[in-house]
This record gives sequence, C-alpha cells and structure tokens, in this order.
Amino acid sequence: MPDLGKYATEVLLSYGVTILLVAGLVWVSWRQSVAAKRRLEALEDE
Amino acid sequence: MSVWEYANPRRFMGWTAPVLLWVFGLAGVALVTGLIWGYFFTPDAARFGSTVKIIYIHVPAAFIAINAWIMMLIASLIWLVRRHHVSALAAKAAAPIGLVMTVIGLATGAIWGQPMWGTYWAWDPRLTSFLILFLFYIGYISLWAAIEDGDTAADLTSWLCLVGSVFALLSRYAVLFWNQGLHQGASLSLDAEENVADVFWFPLVLCIVGFVLLFIALVLLRTRTEIRLRRAQALERRMARN
Amino acid sequence: MKALLLRDLRLAIRAGGGLGLGLAFFLIVIVLVPFGVGPERELLSAIAPGVLWVAALLASLLSLDRIFALDFEDGALALLATSPLPLEGAALIKAAAHWITTGLPLTIVAPLLGFLLNLETTAYSFLWISLLIGTPALSVIGTFGAALTVGLKRGGLLLSLLVLPLYVPTLIFGAEVVRRGADGLNATTPMLLLAGITAVAFALLPFASAAVLRVNLR
Repeated sequence: MPDLGKYATEVLLSYGVTILLVAGLVWVSWRQSVAAKRRLEALEDE
Repeated sequence: MSVWEYANPRRFMGWTAPVLLWVFGLAGVALVTGLIWGYFFTPDAARFGSTVKIIYIHVPAAFIAINAWIMMLIASLIWLVRRHHVSALAAKAAAPIGLVMTVIGLATGAIWGQPMWGTYWAWDPRLTSFLILFLFYIGYISLWAAIEDGDTAADLTSWLCLVGSVFALLSRYAVLFWNQGLHQGASLSLDAEENVADVFWFPLVLCIVGFVLLFIALVLLRTRTEIRLRRAQALERRMARN
Repeated sequence: MKALLLRDLRLAIRAGGGLGLGLAFFLIVIVLVPFGVGPERELLSAIAPGVLWVAALLASLLSLDRIFALDFEDGALALLATSPLPLEGAALIKAAAHWITTGLPLTIVAPLLGFLLNLETTAYSFLWISLLIGTPALSVIGTFGAALTVGLKRGGLLLSLLVLPLYVPTLIFGAEVVRRGADGLNATTPMLLLAGITAVAFALLPFASAAVLRVNLR
C-alpha cells in the first residue's frame, strides 16, 4: 500500500465516494435494463 | 446504405447487443489499470502530497460531466432535425450519467479543496459553473419525468437542452467575469507549460479513456432500456385498444 | 399585435392579483431580509444590490405560469396559433405584456425599496437602469419556461426549476452594475454585457418559445 501521509482520509474518501456512485449508477442501469427486458418479453408472449 | 440505418431501433438493438459487453469489458480494463497505476505507482506531488491521486477520478468525471451535456445537445439536434427516436432516447439515457459525474466532480473537488484551499467550497468560477451545470441536469431530467407522451417529452427536452446550452455558455463567461478563481489551470490543455507532469499524465489519460468507455457503455445500456420501455408502452396501448 | 397586447394587459389588470401580487411579494422579501441578517446599516448597504436583484427576479418568476395557462385552457392559444400573426410574434407580445405588468412596476418601485436596505446614494440610478435593461430578459426567458410547461398539470414548481438556472447571467451582470455603482466604479462593461444578454434573449427565445408551443398544441 502506498503511504498516503496526512491526506489519507481525503484520498480514500474521494475514491470511496466515486466507487460508490459509479457502482450505484451501473447497478441501477442494469436493474432497469433487466426489468424492461422482462416487461417486454411478458408482453410479447401474450 | 447510410450511417442513419444504425439508428433504426431494431437495428440499434441488434448491433449494440454484442458491442455492449465489449465496451463494458474494455472500460473495466482501462479503469482498473488506470486507477491502480495512478493509486499505487505514481509519486506524491511536491505541493499536493498524496491528494494528487484524486485527479485520476476528479478530472475524468468533470470531463464526462461536460461532454455528456454536449452529447445530449448533439443528440437533441439530431432528434429535432431528423426525428430519429434512438437519438432522443440516447439523450434521455445520458442525462443521469452526466448528473452523477457532475456530483462526483463536485464531491471530489470539495474533499480535495478542504486541505488545499482551506475550504470545502469557494465561489470560484469553475466550481460555480459546475453547480450551474448540476442545476441544468436536474431541470432536464425533471422535465423528462414530468411529461407522459414520449414524443412530446423528446421535443420539449430537446428545446430545453438547446436553450440551456446557450445560457450555460453565457453563464460560464458571466461567472468568469463575476469572480476570479482559485482553481488550478487546465490539466489537459495542449499547452505543455500548464499541463500536469508526465508521471501523472499517462495514468490520467488511461483513466479518462476508461471513463469515456464507461460512459458509452452506460449510454448504450440505458438507451436499450428506453427502447424496450417505449416498445412495451406501444404494445400495452395496442392491447388496451383491442 | 397591438390588440393582443392590449387584451393581455387588460386581462392582467382586471383579473386583479397579477399586478399587485408581484409588487407585494417584492416588498415582503425586502422587508424580511433585515430580520434575517440583522439591522446593521453597513451590512445592509453591502448586500442591498444583490438582494434587490434577487428579490426582483423572484417576484417576476411568480406570475410566469399565468402567461399561457389561461389561454391554453380555453383554447385561445390554439386560435392564436392558426391566426395570421406568427406564433413567434405572439410569444414576444406575451413576454412584453408580462414585462409591463411585472418588470416595469418592479423597476419603478425598486429605488423606494433601496431606502429600506440603506443602498448607497450613488447606486440608485444604476439600480434603476440595470433593472430597466435586465428585467425584459427575465420576461422573455420566463415566457420560454412557461411555454415549455404549459401542458403540465402541476407545472409551477418545475417552471421555477427550469427557469432559474437560465436567469443566472442576467442576475450576475445586473447585480454587478449596481454593486459597481454603489462602490463608485465604472459600470459600463457589466451594463453592456447585461444589454447583450437581453438582446440575445430577445433574438433567440421567441423562436424557441413558439416551437415549444407548437409541440404542446399538437
């Protein structure tokens, strides 16, 4: 691990916030995509 | 056959299905390598200490935040001129990504600003412009959400995007006039004097490539979602009529 | 065109509220500010230019949703769209009527409210001129926002959300003119830029408003 010195909190917090937000965005987009696919397939089957 | 053929919804669904996974994969590779290189294998900068590592996310996020809006503007123009549904839906799909990137840019900037400038927030021109961009994204997304009919929503949001772009540009210069800034110079300008040093430059470029690929992958994924939802709505309407 | 303008003005005055409401709102905001920040004269005179401009901006925001709402509901807007008068012209007239019933009265009373906030004596003419140049832009931009949200059931809040970011350049230059006037500096540059924003708004936005109205009338 690199030594972050006295700014460890800031650096880790920035990375944490970013990873959280990007992961959340990807996850939400993925869920919506799956939901839309299911909804369309259910409709087309009828 | 013209380029526009690829914008036909059915063809779009066809060619994006295999491409999507590749783009996601490449984005993942570029991001992981870029961030690991930046985080573990670059030295601390003399003036900023280890906080220099924040630029590997701050700069790419800010880059995407601005370019997502430009992409929405182009997509809106294509919709208004050529009436390609995929174009309007792509603009809708890109807006939340731009919003999240703006938030990341603002948040990492604030976290970085506290030790460096001694404050989380300053009414510096760049910070202020980003805050205004944030408001534009919120307005754009809210307008999409407020209108039920798909084509009407596409038209109205496209016009908002056009007018908003003009005023965002005016705001940018108004804000420069209003307050001189603290913000560091451009990290990416072609003027080598201003640029960051080479050690930071290469991982930074890799991270930017990663963010761009991630943006493209997300836009494709979200546009596919919107196309499916639109088709589902059309089907439901047809069934309700029968 | 003249007939439309006169009709809108008469409606605005007769329907009551419209004209007086904006002014009353302006007054109340200005009266509330000293309660919020304290009665020190230096502090008040330092923030007076900005507060006056922000309050004027919010007051002109209040009546925006009335620009098209009534005409849209009773079908007059659809008639306007088919009349020989281009819709762009109608949008411009609507903006002008809005300005005459809100922007102009706000401009006239603003110096009086300046006394309440202990505005520097040198700044009064600048306040007056900057509002005179700047508030028409607020009306034209607001008309675009009103045209965007005219078809929506509860468009009021959304309207503010869409229009306020568009007001930023006008607010920055307008308040800067007054601030420079108060400090005894040369205010020509922000004044010209403010006029430029107004000119841009007048040149472009009626077209956007008309295009958006056509979509909403479809």
